[in-house]
Amino acid sequence: MLELSLRKTLISGKRCFALELELHDTTGSLVVMGPSGAGKSLLLRMIAGLTRPDAGRICLAGRVLYDSSAGIDLPPQARQLAYLFQDYALFPHLTVRQNIAFGLKRGWLNPGRRHADRQVDTWLDRFGLTSMQHQHVDELSGGQRQRTALARALVLEPRALLLDEPFAALDPALRQHLRSELAELQQRLGVPLLLISHDHDDLAHFGRQSVYLERGRVSSLQREQPRPA
Amino acid sequence: MMDMQAALPALWLSLKVAGWATAINLVLGVGTGFFLARFRFPGRDLLDTLLTLPMVMPPTVLGYYLLVLVGRNGALGSWLYDNLGISLMFSWQGAVLASSVVAFPLVFKPARAAFENVDSQLEQAARVLGLPALAIFFRVTMPLAWRGILAGLLLAFARALGEFGATLMIAGSIPGRTQTLSIAVYEAVQAGQDDQAHFLVLLTSLVCILVLLGAGALKPRTAGGY
Repeated sequence: MLELSLRKTLISGKRCFALELELHDTTGSLVVMGPSGAGKSLLLRMIAGLTRPDAGRICLAGRVLYDSSAGIDLPPQARQLAYLFQDYALFPHLTVRQNIAFGLKRGWLNPGRRHADRQVDTWLDRFGLTSMQHQHVDELSGGQRQRTALARALVLEPRALLLDEPFAALDPALRQHLRSELAELQQRLGVPLLLISHDHDDLAHFGRQSVYLERGRVSSLQREQPRPA
Repeated sequence: MMDMQAALPALWLSLKVAGWATAINLVLGVGTGFFLARFRFPGRDLLDTLLTLPMVMPPTVLGYYLLVLVGRNGALGSWLYDNLGISLMFSWQGAVLASSVVAFPLVFKPARAAFENVDSQLEQAARVLGLPALAIFFRVTMPLAWRGILAGLLLAFARALGEFGATLMIAGSIPGRTQTLSIAVYEAVQAGQDDQAHFLVLLTSLVCILVLLGAGALKPRTAGGY
């Protein structure tokens, strides 16, 4: 599902951060763990195409997204991935419905408030957001925001899911609930998932394989036991 | 009625010049603001300083620079005249040029700040969602920055409306052709036409109040936003 080897050096002022890692995941459900500053987000950004690696190769869900020796570097627009940002990056000037329809609508104008689309309706319904579809996103609770962000990404039928600490901003009770919801959803959609976290509960829920990252290097790699039913 | 006949062309000319100067800065000022907000390059701070100069320099000094540049013997002016037969001197287009330059920093500065305040993660989210760069600009960046930009545009319009020094040096004061409201006020006072001056001053004040009212209507609303 994911095959990757990357090199990237970041220099800011006197500090220098070097990332060099190789990952190979066939399970389609990989959790990257590690302390903050280990390079987890950087890894995710490079897979999404938001940061260009110095060298290496990224192959995800059967497609080469980046290969420095072959001169391949797909722009983020062409990678067809879902990226769930840590604070969800919802568009504050748009309603829930407009946010979800955002990527479906081409051109220079945002989808209208009453933008009609069956797929949008389906996702609103699936995530219980129908009653608040015309609200602005700053009026939503944490869980509703996350669902909106997920729906916005999933409605485009992405080839893989990249999740950056998706539960860190939520309170513990909700966290547990949304974890189960997301795990179940991923099973149903059959989309490969890569999640970064520093919460071991995420590992238990999602990690058929896990990687521990430290200072830009893989410090341990393990396959989890089958998930308890 | 004599007052009106002299004042209306001046009012119309002022609005036309200020309107054009604002439109030009909508493209140039906003474009430059976006460029400086998004791209890092050597000399960026110096460029920012140079582009802000018209805000602090006396308009007559600016007018002099423009004269050197676009006057019949100026580098750009002689080229324009020789190749295109255009002369900006003593024309309303010259007044537009002077007003545009004077008002430029008033658009460019707030536009840059507004663009810098837009969370770049939102633009990145739009990229991942498959939008091309230009669509992201119009659908994410502009809607989130437009209030700051609009405030700048209003200031620029007001500034262009009141432009005197640089305009006088480039376009002169030809009644009906290049004599704007603010120049007409000066001329009326110089000529001892107190009634005319009174009328022009009241007219100008009225236009300024309307501009300010327009600006007030654009202040951020508290609830609902955007």
